[in-house]
Amino acid sequence: MKVLIIEDEQDLQDAIKASLEKESYIVETAGDFDSAYEKLFIYEYDCILLDIMLPNGSGLDLLSELKKNNKSENVIIISAKNSLDDKIKGLELGADDYLTKPFHIAELNARVKAVLRRNKFMGKNTIELKNVCLDLEERLFYINNEQTPLNRKEFDILNYFLLNKNRLVTRNALAEYVWGDHIDQADNFDFIYSQIKNIRKKLKDADADIEIQAVYGVGYKLVAL
Amino acid sequence: MKLLNQSLLYLSIPIFIIISIWAVVFYSNMLDEIYDSLDDGLDNYKLLIIQKAQRDSSVLQKSTFDESNYAIRELNKTEALNTKDVYLDTLMYMLNEEKMEPVRMLHTAFRKGDKYYELKVISSMVEEDDQINNLTKSAIWLYIALLLSIIIINNVVLQRLWQPFYELVGNLKKFQIDRDKSIPAISTRTKEFQELKKATDTLVEHSLDIFNRQKLFIENAAHELQTPLAVITNKLELLLEENTLTDEEAITVAQVLQTTNRLAKYNKSLLMLSKIENKQFSDNQPLSLNLLVHQVIAELEDFAQFKNIKLSIEESAKIEVNMDAHLAYILVHNLIKNAIFHNLMNGLVKVNIEEEALTIKNTSENEKLDETKIYERYYRTRKTDKRKSTGLGLPIVQTICKLYGFKIFYRYVSNQHSFKVKFA
Repeated sequence: MKVLIIEDEQDLQDAIKASLEKESYIVETAGDFDSAYEKLFIYEYDCILLDIMLPNGSGLDLLSELKKNNKSENVIIISAKNSLDDKIKGLELGADDYLTKPFHIAELNARVKAVLRRNKFMGKNTIELKNVCLDLEERLFYINNEQTPLNRKEFDILNYFLLNKNRLVTRNALAEYVWGDHIDQADNFDFIYSQIKNIRKKLKDADADIEIQAVYGVGYKLVAL
Repeated sequence: MKLLNQSLLYLSIPIFIIISIWAVVFYSNMLDEIYDSLDDGLDNYKLLIIQKAQRDSSVLQKSTFDESNYAIRELNKTEALNTKDVYLDTLMYMLNEEKMEPVRMLHTAFRKGDKYYELKVISSMVEEDDQINNLTKSAIWLYIALLLSIIIINNVVLQRLWQPFYELVGNLKKFQIDRDKSIPAISTRTKEFQELKKATDTLVEHSLDIFNRQKLFIENAAHELQTPLAVITNKLELLLEENTLTDEEAITVAQVLQTTNRLAKYNKSLLMLSKIENKQFSDNQPLSLNLLVHQVIAELEDFAQFKNIKLSIEESAKIEVNMDAHLAYILVHNLIKNAIFHNLMNGLVKVNIEEEALTIKNTSENEKLDETKIYERYYRTRKTDKRKSTGLGLPIVQTICKLYGFKIFYRYVSNQHSFKVKFA
């Protein structure tokens, strides 16, 4: 998998690159409009992370160029401007997703995976790991081919963990994922604790070969046993 | 006190003094003139009587006034020579009035042959007390008439003259810095009002300029913070992932990450507020509030269940609002979310949709909230942990309401908090 990061802030570029490389993607970077333009039209990428505000140009212009060449469906816009206009424009120009800074690594990871999944594994809408399988279409969960009932939030949380397997998922990232962007309460972790407790119990009861581990009291990590 | 009445008050005193002085001066002048002409008449009469006495000595026998208005008496020479012409005010009995009345009398002496006579000539006089009375009454009437006409003039003419002023004041009262761009023009040819308008325009322009710059600053600052916040968050998350930290180090990094998250939340909410205020959400469309409420409740249901909160909806009407979908969602979401998050275990949330109003009631760990403070940014109750709330939820709700002209009411009845949004 090849991913291109178009982002002018060097530190952020580094962080995203480091994170994506943990997923064993081939990651390339561009720090301004011109180098991004060059790379985009020489190479093929499976996923493009695009910052809108770039030195000497707008990411939206790059996007419309990509659209002309039918290449825009792999793009995730990452912008400091959570502007609805930009979002709508970006999505109209064919971008797949729109992520507002600051974001959690886990969230970016999940979104990149979703893009790759849509574009590479068409039709196959399941996530499998060891003896568990999550059917995203039917919203069903199987352990050892046996269906294990999950409530809606449990399903979403497990999905998030599977997209971020072996990666740290902070409670904040999880809370935002579960509750959306509009929660101004910074942490409502009681609920998440209880959901995770339930998931762990269900995994254990059905002898799943995966486990959710606590990480330093700041988050969790899903690992294959 | 109104300016009109104030000017009346100030005018009434000098007018009173002027009229009083005028009355005194006028009276004394008039009296002088009356005496003058009476005395002239008496003088003339005296000459006529003396002439007649020279021809007809029977005149000399008239020693009392009786029906006529003179009397003559003989004097010795010394007395006569000592007598000078004197005009006197005296009293005489008047038959018609049946009382003593003032008369003017000329006291003089004359000679006929070698005999000397004293002559008194009288003329009836103005009745001074009546005169003063009349004049005082007239003066008072004049005073009242003057004041009345001033009031009428004030109210009709001045009211009209001041009309542009009142119009300007009305416009200023209605002016809202976050909504209006300028104060509407007033039509006036009065120089003072034109100057006042010019001055207010300058003031408003200046305030607007500062207001806009401040808004822009907040928005820009919030935007500029987003990328550094992203760098901090992501680097810390990666650091924690490394698994090379000692537990103690990891806990510290986790705390910093937590704080950074809070910072990011503040920033997002602040940005949201400033965007609402800057009207960046303006894609208004008819929306069913009932549908929206159901959607939000569906999203929050799991959490309500977790706290074992009984959530009920009562719909006695269908509400359709014309607003931006995103803002409508935030409005409803924030209110219902607050009602659930600040609730007790096993508490209650009641959502009521009636004609043009949405009411959300809930039980809570908090006592009655201070209505004057709940919409202030960063206000939290003592029981609300700073780490758990940004204190920007209700300000955002209020800002949205304000933008659309909705009214929001808070009440605390029988241990339940109630927020009501009136859409019309």
